[in-house]
Amino acid sequence: MAHAERAWTDKRVELIIGDLLRSGVVLAAAVVVAGAIIYLVRHGNALPHYRVFQGEPADLRSVSGILADALALRGRGVIQLGLLLLIATPVARVAFSVVAFALQRDRMYVVVTLIVLGVLIFSLTGARL
Amino acid sequence: MGSAPIAEGGLNVLEFTILIWLFSLLAGFLGALTGLGGGIVITPLLTLAFGVDIRYAIGATLVSVIATSSGAAAAYVREGFSNIRIGMFLEIATTVGAIVGAFLAAKTPTAAIGVIFGIVLLYSAYVSSRPRHDRALDSRPDPLASRLKMDGSYPTPEGPTAYRVHAVPAGFGLMFVAGVMSGLLGIGSGAVKVIAMDQAMRLPFKVSTTTSNFMIGVTAAASAGVYLSRGYIDPGLAMPVMLGVLLGSLAGARLLARAQTKLLRLVFGVVIAVLALEMIYHGLSGRL
Repeated sequence: MAHAERAWTDKRVELIIGDLLRSGVVLAAAVVVAGAIIYLVRHGNALPHYRVFQGEPADLRSVSGILADALALRGRGVIQLGLLLLIATPVARVAFSVVAFALQRDRMYVVVTLIVLGVLIFSLTGARL
Repeated sequence: MGSAPIAEGGLNVLEFTILIWLFSLLAGFLGALTGLGGGIVITPLLTLAFGVDIRYAIGATLVSVIATSSGAAAAYVREGFSNIRIGMFLEIATTVGAIVGAFLAAKTPTAAIGVIFGIVLLYSAYVSSRPRHDRALDSRPDPLASRLKMDGSYPTPEGPTAYRVHAVPAGFGLMFVAGVMSGLLGIGSGAVKVIAMDQAMRLPFKVSTTTSNFMIGVTAAASAGVYLSRGYIDPGLAMPVMLGVLLGSLAGARLLARAQTKLLRLVFGVVIAVLALEMIYHGLSGRL
């Protein structure tokens, strides 16, 4: 990095967070659009079915299932991957903040941010109550 | 109120998707112009007009909330209004609350969710229709806020202005409530978050609104994990909602500087109030 010697000021951290959030949203939206095209070309003539709640099939509920569906280029799987990227954007922001507070040697906020990250990871992986 | 939902009219997936996308575009546009948020009208619209089950509607709306929050926060953070330390500290309360709310959503009858949704909707419309002005800033230091390094400054036409933060425990408690609401109803709970920072912690208005927006994405991500594993997030429905609200709110934010929003806010406020009353009515009559 060309500017590695520059201090990790709050301002610099804020700029990086801004870029991170913007790229995450743009990437997620692009993947969703790609999935939407596949989905609408293949299933545009089907009838929607949202009146009665059945819940999504198991493969669209977990990270591994979504990845498998997306790699098989199933429209709904690709869209779900885009939504997953969208959900991951704030998580990435929090993860980056841990590093940024550590570089600023702000130990208290490293702990605060790790707690938030822990709650988010619990929600995305362990929450099956 | 007795009209059949549009989805009963035999629309196919393509027509349904385009229609939902157009409504979401409009909702996102008006939500950004009026500052009320576009996501808040999507769930009532999907359930009342399209006959979508409220759990699918909540899942789709939550995803769109993450998109608009992250998109807007990207701009605010760069301008230096949001206070990242306050946001991060309070996110402990909102994320834990969001997970609690998302679990409650599975245990609560859909009719009750509809009624609660209507009440929160009315309250949000009321809060955001009130005139906004900063109160005199309280310059006495607060020991806890100082220990947590929350005091900051923000850009004003007169240059950077310093502010001090107060009542951290009260703000933290209100943020937990905001998190529960967000997880239960799939909304950003911006209104409760702003109250917590504006009224309790005495932050300048511009700082509280932008920091609230900054926090909404993280809060919503916490409930989204639970929603996803419960099968509430349907890609076919979330896709047009997310793409519509995102595009609409970006366009609305672009236009915001030039638009006359007073009348718009009033019209959108009335729309929200009508939707809120319909949600409560449908919930109470057991039709959700």
